Amino acid sequence: MEEQFDPVIVAFVCNWCTYTASDLAGTSRLGYPKNIRLIRVMCTGMVDTQYIIKAFLEGVDGVLVSGCHPGDCHYINGNFKARRRMKLLKTILPQFGIEENRLRLTWIGASDGIAFAETMQRLVDQIRELGPNPARAQQII
Amino acid sequence: MSRTADINIKDNHIGETIGQFLKKILESDEVAAVLTPHRPAEKDMIMPRFITDPEHLQGAEPLSPAFAVNSARLVSRLTRQSPGGTIAALLRPCEIRAFVELVKLNQGSTENLIIIGTDCPGALQNADFFAFAEKHGDKATARFLETAFSDDQASAEDLQIAPACRACTQPTPEGADLAIGLFGLQPGPKIQVYAQTERGEVLLEKLGLEEAQADEKHQSAAEDLISRRSQARQEMIEQTRAATDTMEKLADYFSRCINCYNCRTACPVCYCRECVFATDVFDHEPVQYMKWAGRRGSVKMPTDTLFFHLTRMAHISTACVGCGQCANVCPSNIPLAELFISVAEQTQSAFSYQAGKSIDEQPPLAVFQEDEFQEIVGIENGS
Ligand code: SF4
Ligand code: SF4
Ligand code: FES
Repeated sequence: MEEQFDPVIVAFVCNWCTYTASDLAGTSRLGYPKNIRLIRVMCTGMVDTQYIIKAFLEGVDGVLVSGCHPGDCHYINGNFKARRRMKLLKTILPQFGIEENRLRLTWIGASDGIAFAETMQRLVDQIRELGPNPARAQQII
Repeated sequence: MSRTADINIKDNHIGETIGQFLKKILESDEVAAVLTPHRPAEKDMIMPRFITDPEHLQGAEPLSPAFAVNSARLVSRLTRQSPGGTIAALLRPCEIRAFVELVKLNQGSTENLIIIGTDCPGALQNADFFAFAEKHGDKATARFLETAFSDDQASAEDLQIAPACRACTQPTPEGADLAIGLFGLQPGPKIQVYAQTERGEVLLEKLGLEEAQADEKHQSAAEDLISRRSQARQEMIEQTRAATDTMEKLADYFSRCINCYNCRTACPVCYCRECVFATDVFDHEPVQYMKWAGRRGSVKMPTDTLFFHLTRMAHISTACVGCGQCANVCPSNIPLAELFISVAEQTQSAFSYQAGKSIDEQPPLAVFQEDEFQEIVGIENGS
């Protein structure tokens, strides 16, 4: 077997929930794969489509956006707006061969340290199965 | 039901006849100014002109094949505050649709506006029009119209209308207050005007034109044209998808792009007041280029080309009205209309939205529902 592919995944996580969950996972000594690069944002509602497009063009293999459960967003409805943007990108990017499942959206609450660690592991496994981002090989920006 | 009037064509000149109709409107008390395509005497180019003096309607070219700008932007400028009088704007269907999108973004208002829409025979791409106009001067429009309403729409010169027009499945002026019907009636001795709104009713009544029956040939000819166009559109979309279905192919598609951003400037629905790509965010430090190149050994210059186009798709594909202006202005001849129309078809259907269709329907990215798109949340549904 060839060497195991080590994906790079950028995760935009909401300060109030998923980021707190990652902290909790840390203090509970629940490890999560080093493939995940966390970027803390104040709300998923501020994740511009540009950030995600840029991440893919720079060659990351997967992007996760993770925020508060419906009803829990600290800015009332940022997560619902984020979901529409994700729908939009999940419609655009696959037309150019960036598989839909490279782009993921989850809700992980502040007290869900375990869910955080498990989700990250599963995400890495799934992206690993997809292989490298097709844009990566060519340095298309 | 809705008021209809016949207009008889004088001396075989549809353009002039519509020009006369505009004059009648401008001379009425209802309207203070008219926006219409216009050709200055002795000149070849046809551009929109904002006219308050009815005499200046001499030279109006309502059905010309020139389509240098999508006038939605101009109407937006004219209406974002009260202009101090009612404006009648003669627009193509795709200009109306673009304007509807701008109104939803508060970049224009229908308050002091009467939209007069025409059935659209299509337009030539700029480069084709320039050559055509050079050859035919003031006869260009008449030459174009000789065959514009025949079935294959090939002009006397075998010029083809723009790719965006060939794939346009909304060639009738929905959303206009007054619609000028040409399909099924041209070539022929008359055209018809239909009032499509309350405001249109009132104006048509004031103009004192005799009421007529809507000619059913119009409806059926429009339907025929639309079904032929739908097929052409599907073929175009399939070809475009096949040509861009990997990132590598997409990069090839844009390999000639020089990042001039003309497409953005010409696009009527590219709505940002300041485009992020024009800000210093993209004045990268020289070391940044070193880094990019260093990662793989080299990097294509100018950079950020696909970043720009993908961002534009994310921003405006749900509002794209398929007018083809992006392609019209591209100095590198990149088939932009084909690509943006293909992407728009997918994104608009993802949100069950049709750009320009209804002023009351909110743009997809401006609204949400709490219980929608559950299927894209979570990572359980494996890869
Ligand atoms: S993207 Fe092109 S076809 Fe679509 S509205 Fe803008 S200019 Fe017209
Ligand atoms: S008009 Fe053509 S060359 Fe200019 S940015 Fe758009 S695609 Fe690129
Ligand atoms: S505050 Fe967490 S998603 Fe909005």
